Amino acid sequence: MITVNLTENFFTLFGLPECYEIDFVALAERFRKLQHTVHPDKFANATDLDRRLSVQQSARINEAYQTLKNPLLRARYMLELKGFDMADDTDSAMDSEFLMEQMQLRERLEQIKYSADPINQLNIVNHEIDAALNELITKITDLFNLANKDALRVVYDYVRRMQFMMKLRQEIQMLDEEYS
Amino acid sequence: MALLQISEPGEATAPHQYRLAVGIDLGTTNSLVATVRNGKAETLPDNNGQAILPSVVQYLGDNKLVVGEAAKNAAVDDPYNTIGSVKRLMGRSMADIKKLSGAIKYDFVDTESNVPRIKTRGGAVSAVEVSAAILTQLKRRAEQALGDELSGVVITVPAYFDDAQRQASKDAAKLAGLKVLRLLNEPTAAAVAYGLDNKAEGIHVVYDLGGGTFDISILRLNRGVFEVMATAGNSALGGDDFDQVIAQWIMQQAGIADNSNQSLIRYVSQQACAAKEVLSQSEQVEIVLDGAMGLSWHGVLSRSKLNELLDPLIKKTLIPCRRALRDAEVTQAEIEDVIMVGGSTRMLRVRERVAEFFQCEPLVAIDPDKVVAIGAAVQAHTLVGNKSDDEILLLDVIPLSLGIETMGGLVEKVIYRNTTIPAAKAQDFTTFKDGQTAMSIHVLQGERELVSDNRSLARFELRGIPPMVAGAARIRVTFQVDADGLLSVTAREQTSGVESSVQVKPSYGLEDAEIAQMLTDSLSHAAQDVAARNLCEQKVAAERVVLALQSALKADGDRLLSAAERKNLDAGLRHLQEVAQGNDHAAIKLATERLNESSTEFAARRMNDSIRSAMAGHNVDEFSE
Repeated sequence: MITVNLTENFFTLFGLPECYEIDFVALAERFRKLQHTVHPDKFANATDLDRRLSVQQSARINEAYQTLKNPLLRARYMLELKGFDMADDTDSAMDSEFLMEQMQLRERLEQIKYSADPINQLNIVNHEIDAALNELITKITDLFNLANKDALRVVYDYVRRMQFMMKLRQEIQMLDEEYS
Repeated sequence: MALLQISEPGEATAPHQYRLAVGIDLGTTNSLVATVRNGKAETLPDNNGQAILPSVVQYLGDNKLVVGEAAKNAAVDDPYNTIGSVKRLMGRSMADIKKLSGAIKYDFVDTESNVPRIKTRGGAVSAVEVSAAILTQLKRRAEQALGDELSGVVITVPAYFDDAQRQASKDAAKLAGLKVLRLLNEPTAAAVAYGLDNKAEGIHVVYDLGGGTFDISILRLNRGVFEVMATAGNSALGGDDFDQVIAQWIMQQAGIADNSNQSLIRYVSQQACAAKEVLSQSEQVEIVLDGAMGLSWHGVLSRSKLNELLDPLIKKTLIPCRRALRDAEVTQAEIEDVIMVGGSTRMLRVRERVAEFFQCEPLVAIDPDKVVAIGAAVQAHTLVGNKSDDEILLLDVIPLSLGIETMGGLVEKVIYRNTTIPAAKAQDFTTFKDGQTAMSIHVLQGERELVSDNRSLARFELRGIPPMVAGAARIRVTFQVDADGLLSVTAREQTSGVESSVQVKPSYGLEDAEIAQMLTDSLSHAAQDVAARNLCEQKVAAERVVLALQSALKADGDRLLSAAERKNLDAGLRHLQEVAQGNDHAAIKLATERLNESSTEFAARRMNDSIRSAMAGHNVDEFSE
């Protein structure tokens, strides 16, 4: 018997294999198909009960889509699925070399406002961060394929790096807004 | 006039009446109503052939009021009883109103309620009531033109409207006796209107400069789904401000003091507006202030001077444009086209600067004053169920982040801006002190870090938390935003199950009781006995539930229910049908609620089942249990 299953795995929901490397075209297409089925607009004339369920399901499909689409959220979600306890591991020290690099990047950002063409400088830093992010994504893909506990710990380390870099990218965007 | 209906496969087989639905653009300066007739979306004109209804209400006293052109014309002579641009006051507190740019110089009364009310000859009125008067006028117009009662409406709101402003708009519709199928973002409506003709796939920008608000939205149309990628704007900048800089220039030139009387200032504003319109055709305009107001001045405004006056304001609109592009992660080069919305986009200077910024010619084929109402009509037509195939699905986003207050007056965001809605998100919080048994939850909307810089939406308390050491309690706060962008919040202590929830009603919004009172007071229902009305509504609600469940049982009952479950539902159904024959309002309500409760599991299974069938064909084996 089929029952309500709001806890169903996001990958299963979209009929996709539980892999870090994801078929974005299929993901987007299935997302649209699912929303066409459950979106509240399809229930504009339905009973309150059906409308409430539709809002819940539609919200869940949106959340699933956003999670799988985003490399950071997807990695965290997969760690969770594999039973890796992220709360347990927050205290482990991050690689000092990485932290040093981050500090240097930040210092560079600080200096950019004094440069002749700050927007261009920001773009350069942004590209560097993008390249580094892509490199991390490749590494995470490989590690997830290894599927052992130690690999997950390394994934988590990379996830935290990713978080640093995404935050940095946000700051760059704000600076960009400020300078333009 | 009933058209033949063909029902959607799998839906109820009984043919349903063609349902009348309209789209309403409830604008700051002007409002419109539109519908789909004979497959064509069109605005509905009044008896004089005017589609545009100025959003102005004049209160005459004795429960009499005038809406539209006549009220607008009365504004000069009767400024304090004639209310215009009321949309700017929707969902606003007195403190907000004081901060609004431009002069809103009505007389406000101090009332017990938190809702600002304007003193008029017809009593103190709130922004919601003024809007309801405008909606009522449009409703009457539509019912006259279409010959029957309306089944539902789609009302448009600026994408940038926060929760309080959306709630106020919905309250106004309720007061006007309208069933809201959806609050639709204005830019999305405009895109729907254009999407009709050219089903252009790709990324579209909607630049909407209305009377009192500016909105920019970036949308992607892809195989029948309109996804809003990002939206930004300024809810206190619009065409009115453009008129005002021109009016100020005239006053400066003519030596008229800023603190002159209201009638004079409004007169100059009207002249400014007229001059602006002429300048979209000519290189210069002569402005004559006649003697009627005790003035005699004439001067010339050239287009280049006009451009100089307008440029700083246009530039202000480009800041949100840049932010929206960034949020959507697209560049100017990827934009297919820019849809122009709002009368102010007729200004040539605006078109020039927008074309320059987005590097493409703006779309102006559909009247920028009507495009939103037309899009809303198309969507209303779809939602009410007159059209089932080939329809477009609109996925909107939330314009401002939602969060709650944490220690130190900081905001912890729970749902970020530009998240697709409906959205739900849960976040865990904990207690600060040992033995703490209650927690106050303060819901905020906005992007800033400090509580004081954001909009306070609601406060509520979770009580009865079992005493524990600080940090041990797990309080899960769940935010749910529906397709209209309206928020509800639930808080639950995980270890004890203590729960508390609110449908977010902004502190300066109307209380439910106030709305109920207004409904009772309002002219349309005065003659009707409230109890009779309640009974009638309850019977309709019961009938809806009965019909929906019958059709669901017929379609899926055998497949998704066990014999015992089926028997149970059938019994509940019969019981409700019997009770609904009677006249006991409370009993019908109770039986309806009970049946709803017992059929929840069945409804959920059906929903799940439809999800599964939608995915059938994709990795079927993934679904087998």
